[in-house]
Amino acid sequence: MTGIAVRPAAPDRARIGHWLQRYGVYAGVGLLLVVNTALTPHFLSVENFRTQAVQVAPVLIVALGMALAIGTEGVDLSVGAVMALSASVTALYLGYGLPGALLVVALFAAAVGLANGALVALVGVQPIVATLALMVGGRGLAQVLLPQLEDIRNPAMASLGSGDLLGVPYLILIAAGLVLLVAFAVRRTTFGRQLLAIGDNRTAAQLAGLPVKRVLMVVYVCSALLAAVAGVLATARLQASDPTSLGNLMELSAITAVVVGGTPLSGGQVRIAGTVAGAVLIQLLTATLIKHDLPPSWTQMAQAAVIVLAVYAARGRGRR
Amino acid sequence: MAAPPAREPCPAPSAGDTPPAEVLALRGLTRTFPGVRALDGVSLSLRAGEVRALVGENGAGKSTLIKVLTGVYRPDAGSIELHGEPVRFGTPLEAQHAGISTIYQEVNLIPLMSVARNLFLGREPRNRLGLIDFGRMHREAAGTLSGYGVRADVRRPLRSLGVGAQQMVALARAVSVDARVVVMDEPTSSLEPREVETLFGVVRGLRERGIAVVYVSHRLDELYELCDTVTVLRDGRLVHDGPLAGLDRLSLVAAMLGRELGEVRRKGTTEFSGSHQAAEGEPVLKAEDLTVPHKLHGVSLSIRPGEVVGLGGLLGSGRTETAKAVAGALAPGSGTVAVAGVPLRTGSTPAAIRAGISLLPEDRKSEGIVPGLSVRENIALAALPRLSRLGLVSEARIDSVVETFMRRLRIKASDPHQKVGELSGGNQQKVLLARWLAMNPKVLLLDEPTRGIDVGAKAEVQKLVDELAEDGLGVLLISSDLEELIEGSDRVVVLKDGAVVGELTGDEVTEDLLMRTIAGGAEPALPGGTAPGGEVAGR
Repeated sequence: MTGIAVRPAAPDRARIGHWLQRYGVYAGVGLLLVVNTALTPHFLSVENFRTQAVQVAPVLIVALGMALAIGTEGVDLSVGAVMALSASVTALYLGYGLPGALLVVALFAAAVGLANGALVALVGVQPIVATLALMVGGRGLAQVLLPQLEDIRNPAMASLGSGDLLGVPYLILIAAGLVLLVAFAVRRTTFGRQLLAIGDNRTAAQLAGLPVKRVLMVVYVCSALLAAVAGVLATARLQASDPTSLGNLMELSAITAVVVGGTPLSGGQVRIAGTVAGAVLIQLLTATLIKHDLPPSWTQMAQAAVIVLAVYAARGRGRR
Repeated sequence: MAAPPAREPCPAPSAGDTPPAEVLALRGLTRTFPGVRALDGVSLSLRAGEVRALVGENGAGKSTLIKVLTGVYRPDAGSIELHGEPVRFGTPLEAQHAGISTIYQEVNLIPLMSVARNLFLGREPRNRLGLIDFGRMHREAAGTLSGYGVRADVRRPLRSLGVGAQQMVALARAVSVDARVVVMDEPTSSLEPREVETLFGVVRGLRERGIAVVYVSHRLDELYELCDTVTVLRDGRLVHDGPLAGLDRLSLVAAMLGRELGEVRRKGTTEFSGSHQAAEGEPVLKAEDLTVPHKLHGVSLSIRPGEVVGLGGLLGSGRTETAKAVAGALAPGSGTVAVAGVPLRTGSTPAAIRAGISLLPEDRKSEGIVPGLSVRENIALAALPRLSRLGLVSEARIDSVVETFMRRLRIKASDPHQKVGELSGGNQQKVLLARWLAMNPKVLLLDEPTRGIDVGAKAEVQKLVDELAEDGLGVLLISSDLEELIEGSDRVVVLKDGAVVGELTGDEVTEDLLMRTIAGGAEPALPGGTAPGGEVAGR
């Protein structure tokens, strides 16, 4: 009796879960747009959208790298620390000009990425543990290099943080460019295909002769470089280098954006469009609650609700 | 090797005496999993002091039977009686309390705790204050373990011991929890010969104390040395039950493999065309002296272009390990592999693949397919670098390769973008074959290529193997299906306990000789059918 009643219901629920995981984030963004248009004064203004986009840009850039790491069934907890490290290094080397400073930042970030990748791919440490080590150590190093907050007075940095091209802030242009670049890498390159195969079935990928170790190394280096870009941009916008608090909890925001965007933690899939929407969703949610004078603690609880919903949608879909 | 008649006295069932009491009786046990009947009305009886061998090939139902017996699974039908009382185990703990202890292949103790704590876990000796009496525990542990040939400081963590010694601790623990029945699942698979001797001594000790033992192993020598009776399972059914002493090895192997004795002719129920043109020339693959600790002991084999070489042997004889060692998926301790005369770096899959070796792994699901990716991506996976330029994937080239192989192998998918996890087993296998053929290999290692796929797909795969050999590929065929092995191979190399024990060529490639070689395991089969079959049992 019950068997007959239950059987047709189960695929339905599975289908709803599937739909929610795939498209739920877009529906959420749409819903927030509608609600805000109706309830929030001055929501539909170019100025507001620009503000929102500039605020979401660093999280989004970090989330791109996180999506790659999660696609390999890994995670990168060191991204916040890399942001802090790049803030310190920028302040220290800005005397050699912006390009020189950026080069040194890239070297530091690549070193952190290589260390993560080596621990994960060569030593075989679990990603969460390996990157936790770099998360703690990276921030420590950032604070050793630059013990306290330092104002940055550099015209190039100021322009990077608040300048625009035809009314579009550089921050947004850079973020958009990186989104396209990463999406292209995932879809069109051998690296992207191999990354997905490794995330889905590592043993099979290994037996098929894929360069598993190299791909993992590249993934963690990419993630660190993207975090460094976010760190420099955030520093440019702040006009100050703040190694103590810059990028704090950034790893969690990035993971939230990726997961809410429908990328399963079990690897084998990377949804770049979903990740963008996930970052935007969290940003809009936060902005909405703040605009309506709700305390920040409410924002956190609302975020928690969204995460729970995303996890619910992905439930049971990770492993077959 | 101890010959069965010359066994030491034991209280096992011997004619004349009143037989010892029946300890355990399984009656008509049946257990079904979705799609498979893993156990089908299996009965088994065990008397005090009896050592019973439990044997069977892959999928015979051994593990399921053990799991039902030890409370991991509940049977769908049938009953278990312990000392004549019907029992029902809900959990492994209940079975243990009832006196059934199990020692699994992997030691399941706590590596960081001391040897003594592991031995006494849950029933440590206490002093008057209710605290653990370490002094007494250590003394007793040392005393108990010396009886098992373990002489180590019992205060050190368990993991400081070798695998063999750990196994002894597990055994000592199992026995000391007042076991009446001890189930041992391949206990010798990771032991050194000396440790095996100690283990045998312990098992004989158990027998003298009237404890019944169920002994699972693939090593026939061990069974004949140690066991009184044997239960043979095949495809979930009981196919033989009786004393081991009167049963010659050949009959035992025949029962395990499900073949009639004297079945010599080729039946022609497979799609293989028979032998290929006598392959000539230099071997395309030459593996020499491959050694992997506990798994392979100096295996050598060579394959010429256009030749299908079968790899025969029982479960656990080292067939899969040989294929993996050749393909770089298992790093051999020593030995060489050469393709077309060029030696390659062993233990590296990419190096083997570059040299032209392709391995179709035994476990399609966990080692072969990438379930979340499409048929197309799965086919193109290994060849991706060849189908790309400057790291950019060429969709057009992939399409053409995928189309070619989907048509050639008749892969049935709704379209190339369907997820490979949704296909039938046979089509998944063809996708994996396509993945390798796209690499243009010189040597194809096929590990159980037709296991678990439907009859139609099986025939197609067999036909394909033939065609590939005719195209000049060297093929290594591993199959538990004797018919497939006999009809598909030009030559069969037989493995036993990780070493080559014989090779059949030409007219020798018959089921009868193959089984004799597997059972006998020493002399290579002689042409003309006068194989050392008559005395195999007495060796």
